[in-house]
Amino acid sequence: MAEAGFYHALKVDDELCYGCTHCMNVCPTGAIRIRNGKASIRADWCVDCGECMRACPVDAIYVEQDDFDKIFRFKCRVALVPAVLIGQFQSKVTEAEIFSVMRELGFTHVFQTEHTAGLINRTMIEVSREAMQKPVISSFCPAIVRLIQIKFPSLLDQVLRVKPPIDASAVYFRKRLEDEGIDPADIGIFYVTPCAAKIAAVKSPVGEEKSPLDGVINMSFIYNKIYRMVKNRHNNSSISPGEMLPLLSPRSIKHSLTGGEVSGMEGRCLAIDEIHNVIEFLEKLENDEIEGVDFLELRACDQSCAGGVLVGGNRFLTVERLHKRAVRFEGVADIPGDIKAYSNFMSKNLGIGELKPRSMMALDEDMGEAMRKMQQVRHLMCFLPGIDCGACGAPNCQSLAEDIVRRESQLSACVFIQRMMEKHSKLSGEHALRIIEKIWGKNRLDKNCNKKGAENDSE
Amino acid sequence: MKFKYEIEGGNFSKAGNASSEVKKILKQLNVPPPIIKRLVVALYEGEVNVVAHAWNGCIYVEIEPERIDVKIEDKGPGIPDIEQAMQEGFSTASQAVREMGFGAGMGLPNMKKNADQLNISSKVGKGTIVELVIFLNGKR
Repeated sequence: MAEAGFYHALKVDDELCYGCTHCMNVCPTGAIRIRNGKASIRADWCVDCGECMRACPVDAIYVEQDDFDKIFRFKCRVALVPAVLIGQFQSKVTEAEIFSVMRELGFTHVFQTEHTAGLINRTMIEVSREAMQKPVISSFCPAIVRLIQIKFPSLLDQVLRVKPPIDASAVYFRKRLEDEGIDPADIGIFYVTPCAAKIAAVKSPVGEEKSPLDGVINMSFIYNKIYRMVKNRHNNSSISPGEMLPLLSPRSIKHSLTGGEVSGMEGRCLAIDEIHNVIEFLEKLENDEIEGVDFLELRACDQSCAGGVLVGGNRFLTVERLHKRAVRFEGVADIPGDIKAYSNFMSKNLGIGELKPRSMMALDEDMGEAMRKMQQVRHLMCFLPGIDCGACGAPNCQSLAEDIVRRESQLSACVFIQRMMEKHSKLSGEHALRIIEKIWGKNRLDKNCNKKGAENDSE
Repeated sequence: MKFKYEIEGGNFSKAGNASSEVKKILKQLNVPPPIIKRLVVALYEGEVNVVAHAWNGCIYVEIEPERIDVKIEDKGPGIPDIEQAMQEGFSTASQAVREMGFGAGMGLPNMKKNADQLNISSKVGKGTIVELVIFLNGKR
């Protein structure tokens, strides 16, 4: 367990970031502050949901990880492809065609992530029948698992300790390739990811010693490559037949969409997508306000994985296309025949380890000290204006007060407090400006016609 | 540290807000999750009782290093027979309230189960005072 370094995939490009407050205001865990005119993300508070990346007006928030160059270190280069990649293409582009193009890009094998979805579904049903406490919560979405770790630790025991498809499929295909006689050291499995959270899940796995994957590839990057190659092929009318792939069942195709897991579970099940909706529901669940629900499918993105930050296509079109594709595969079994031969192996390898809390809520580890700090916070709130303008570089007055108590900011960071201090001659105008420049960057308030929306913007 | 929350009788869409606020405070104070859970469940039941039965009420929470004291005071019809009200399944909630998923007659028993100390006093036609204590050092 990588306790010390809580890896997160979202990074800020200091060249592009001009220090506005969009990301800070949308972050559902309050993990962003502005310092020296740039956004900074608190690593241990970030769940990699990607809301900041969506909100950034200048694309300054990016996903660092891309292992495409690394694939050539391996002789056997496996791409693990989720259904939402396919869903971005029009229906005339076949799965086989997409996968054959991917092999041209350098992969020796292309497998589908949802290949193990049926098996996972069956295992989840079995595990939830034994569960002491209901509802059980799916471990599918890594951003949600992290959210529960940092914000709702009392619900961790309710998270089903069954691997999500990305890990289960990586384990399964690795085993199959090894059984074909390929040297384990030669096998590199790379996941084509629709979101930042799955990158973090691979780089610092939760409840696992080491991820079964060797790397991740940004879906928007690979989509552009595939799109160009498919288009060229169509222009040359040299449509390659591709190869026959094991087919996915309609339910497996829809597994990563909203309702995809719920459709196969027993009892009263709810599917909730979009992280604020999930937070609202988990608050209620934690108060014991929710009764008689057996299973929760919780996804951080609107429209689940179709709405991932790295999915270039429109999420609603992606959902519609996958539903249409699923119809073509009516009658295909949820658990593919080739997995049945490995059911013993898989039943031993589908579990995940203990999920540990990473509470970010506490003001201090020591309860007495935390109480003292809360008193200070409440005292500071007597002075702060409650406008929640964000001009101090924190998302709201409460956060500033807590930052001050943590010794990460000061009361004079508040522009309104500065005014009051100036009025009482406790702060000079010069000094106030220096404080503002410390938060918002040097010469930030100087006239600049090149900034966004100004006279020379886009010229 | 003292906190006070007003509760509006009959407003079910806000039932649970005070409990959520208190939960957030306890998390910030690094109170162990099992204790938070007990307190919040008891508090939520008390909050819903006020919303379901009373005209209005107030929750007072006092947090000290060793204990949390909660007083839920309402103006309302009161409880004529507290012993009867403490029995599981006993409920005087209206059909409308039950349809919203409340009023199963588990409120007071659930509070008793989760609190270390529970004391109820009531005057018919005036209101009810529920006082509960949860100890933070784990000794019940």
